[in-house]
Amino acid sequence: MSQTVIEPVSTAVRDENSPLLEIRDLEVGFQTQHGVVPAVRGVNLTLYPGQTLAIVGESGSGKTTTAQAIINLLANTGTVTAGQILFEGRDLTTLKPKEMQDVRGRLIGYVPQDPMSNLNPVWNIGFQVEEAIRANGGAMSRKAAKLRTIEVLKEAGLSDAEDRLKQFPHQFSGGMRQRVLIGIGLSARPKLLIADEPTSALDVTVQRQILDHLATLTRDYGTSVLFITHDLGLAAERAEQLVVMYKGKVVESGPSQEILANPQHPYTQRLVAAAPSLASRRIQSAKHSVAVDTDVSAAGANDQVLVNRAIEREQAAPAKDLISVQGISKMYRIRTKGFKYNELLAVNDVSFGIKKGTTTALVGESGSGKSTVAKLILQLESITSGQIEFDGQDVAGLKGADLLKFRRRVQPVFQDPYGSLDPQYNVGNTIAEPLLAHKVGTAKERQARVRELLDQVSLPWASRHRYPSELSGGQRQRIAIARALALKPDVLVLDEAVSALDVLVQGQVLNLLTELQTELDLTYLFITHDLAVVRLVADNVCVMQQGRIVEAATTDEVFDNPRQSYTQELLAAIPGGNFEFGR
Amino acid sequence: MPSNRQTQPHFVAALEDTPIAAIDRLDETEKARSTWADAWESLRGKPSFWIASALILLIVIVALFPGIFTQVPPDQNCLLANSNKGPEEGHLLGFTRQGCDVYSRMIHGTQASVTVGLLATMIVTLFGLVVGALAGYYGGFFDAIVSRIGDIFFAVPTVLGAIVLMSVLPERTPVTIALVLSIFAWPQIARIMRGSVLSARNSDYVTASIALGVSKFRILVRHVVPNAIAPVIVIATVSLGTFIVAEATLSFLGIGLPPQIMSWGNDINSAQSSIRTNPQVLIYPAIALSLTVLAFLMLGDAVRDALDPESRARR
Repeated sequence: MSQTVIEPVSTAVRDENSPLLEIRDLEVGFQTQHGVVPAVRGVNLTLYPGQTLAIVGESGSGKTTTAQAIINLLANTGTVTAGQILFEGRDLTTLKPKEMQDVRGRLIGYVPQDPMSNLNPVWNIGFQVEEAIRANGGAMSRKAAKLRTIEVLKEAGLSDAEDRLKQFPHQFSGGMRQRVLIGIGLSARPKLLIADEPTSALDVTVQRQILDHLATLTRDYGTSVLFITHDLGLAAERAEQLVVMYKGKVVESGPSQEILANPQHPYTQRLVAAAPSLASRRIQSAKHSVAVDTDVSAAGANDQVLVNRAIEREQAAPAKDLISVQGISKMYRIRTKGFKYNELLAVNDVSFGIKKGTTTALVGESGSGKSTVAKLILQLESITSGQIEFDGQDVAGLKGADLLKFRRRVQPVFQDPYGSLDPQYNVGNTIAEPLLAHKVGTAKERQARVRELLDQVSLPWASRHRYPSELSGGQRQRIAIARALALKPDVLVLDEAVSALDVLVQGQVLNLLTELQTELDLTYLFITHDLAVVRLVADNVCVMQQGRIVEAATTDEVFDNPRQSYTQELLAAIPGGNFEFGR
Repeated sequence: MPSNRQTQPHFVAALEDTPIAAIDRLDETEKARSTWADAWESLRGKPSFWIASALILLIVIVALFPGIFTQVPPDQNCLLANSNKGPEEGHLLGFTRQGCDVYSRMIHGTQASVTVGLLATMIVTLFGLVVGALAGYYGGFFDAIVSRIGDIFFAVPTVLGAIVLMSVLPERTPVTIALVLSIFAWPQIARIMRGSVLSARNSDYVTASIALGVSKFRILVRHVVPNAIAPVIVIATVSLGTFIVAEATLSFLGIGLPPQIMSWGNDINSAQSSIRTNPQVLIYPAIALSLTVLAFLMLGDAVRDALDPESRARR
């Protein structure tokens, strides 16, 4: 390790062996209408100088709340109700607001989650970085501050830093914004950097670049890093120490390699088993060895089920394509100034076919045109050129009754389980809606069908009275699947259908989808940015880049022997992909 | 990676401290809550809602059955001998300049004011809602025409427009006043509804419904309108109060209800001349007017808090 040049701001040299940050029995509660709801319940963790520690957990596990409590960024309703947060031996929970201001930025830097909303759109980048430098650096001449700003941006890995000072956040890509935020976070050379899901909103390849750069920087400065992430693979790859949180408590902590190789707590075991980047390897090996541990990890058993089904499907695959897409393109006209238009080719000469009863995955990063393809196939947008055939019939320009017939057979499930269900409709009415719209059956028959569908997605009959706001993301997505299945379609178009879900829930929904596929002989078009998920469910993969399909083959071929450099890049960027995990 | 860093022991929480639940199971013990049930839950806990409701209920009862509250006829048997006399037994609030009972006139004036308020609100809300929803949902040419017509009416201040129109109308009744006020007030509701529909139209559940094969009009009625209506309800509640004020204003200016119809506006108008000698004649109808408007504003406030999606999310 290159322990280099820059000395930390503080002159107090503390022992390397005494912890930089020590959290003892921390409890945080939020004030609500129904009294104080605990969010963090007795968390302990220790971070030594120069170390990287990751807190891993699902949404609602209290990982972000813990991090925010350190520098008191809790929302107004949240308070630390018990415990200590010792930073270099000083208890941060007892600091006055003014003292805390001094700690923030200068001693503890913070990189927020969403680069899209954490830069102020009305100020240019230079101003925002300079603001942070001035806030933490004390008195400084304008010129010095500007020079330092350029330096910070350069260190954060932005090219042409001088020219970019006058640019505004909207002129930056997501990755560039996150670099700026990292630059701001590290500008005062803090001893600790808290990075709250710093790359969750970014594409995998960008994520890798950013994290590599962050690792280099913090190693050079000797900064400790506290990572907050939901991604076990990412945590394993980037952190030496791991803290697994569940429902506000630490369930397991220790050296990350040891935890992932040998998870002890049932929850960690579950998490390790379900993490798709890890499990995707398992499917491959499980094909050769039938030995699968069965006791705690239900997902492990399901992997075997998935494999068997995949084999069955391979053998039983019929020859004809159910959906055949031939050379489709979609052009969007974007008005620039006045009456001029720029033409944007969102989908460029895309062809592929899907056989009945199989799953084809369309993989790509944001802006690759994968979702547009889904919309074209669903007839939600019209194609500019090319042909889409469904069951031997050209579907472009279907109207009236024919379109209705097509919609009955091809149903969508959308990404956002929070947005795709009408908040005013209860579950029963939501699922019954397609039946009503297509005038299927009597009221009684429809009710029977709703019952059957709820059963298929393993939700209790009692849930029919619930409203979407009362359900979890996974439950909502199961409702969306039930609604899509109501008309007994042949094809489901799943547009990022599991991307917004926590790993465990994601695994559950993927298992459900696979079960339904065999049970109902469904054909899936699976659109996702997550290659790890693809490995679990897809038979064929089409990799998209900038509107084109760059590689199309069976899943095994793509994963074992990617031909295109882009595919190789994508595969290499999966966090924890090349990490050895035991279970 | 250097190896001289401190490693911490592998810690595992005791299972009894951290029982793990089944993945993503539905809590069947909780009660189902719709948006409206939620809103009701929130309203129920607000004292201001109850105060406003009680006041409004009282006002409505007074408007419907003034006979319960007073047996004194408001505009007959007015003896000039009683002119501007103070309170006495059976005439709690004293007399007007014409010698009529102030209390009785106040009670009987409720009906006209409340009728105008309710009627105008109903017409404005219904018309604005339908027009705004259609314009926002279908867009295009219809939207352009409706929005521009709305802008024209929007540019004219409601009371000013009403003054002009009222002065040329042959007959002035609560119904005509409500109609005239509605002509100038509907664009506000239409605008709000249009904006609200525009945002609801682009939501994922609408796209999902299209892909499910639900017809366009059905989506408007079943998904878009129910999700877009909340701000309109809030504005409608608040504007009820302002319509009552508008009626009083017009009557005060002498172009609202004719003097033979009792209303608070008329009473305030005729009290002008005796404001120095006998201020109670002015004060009591004014208080009645203020209380009514306050009640509806309070109700509107409470309803807005209950329906506001942001405050809902925090719950």
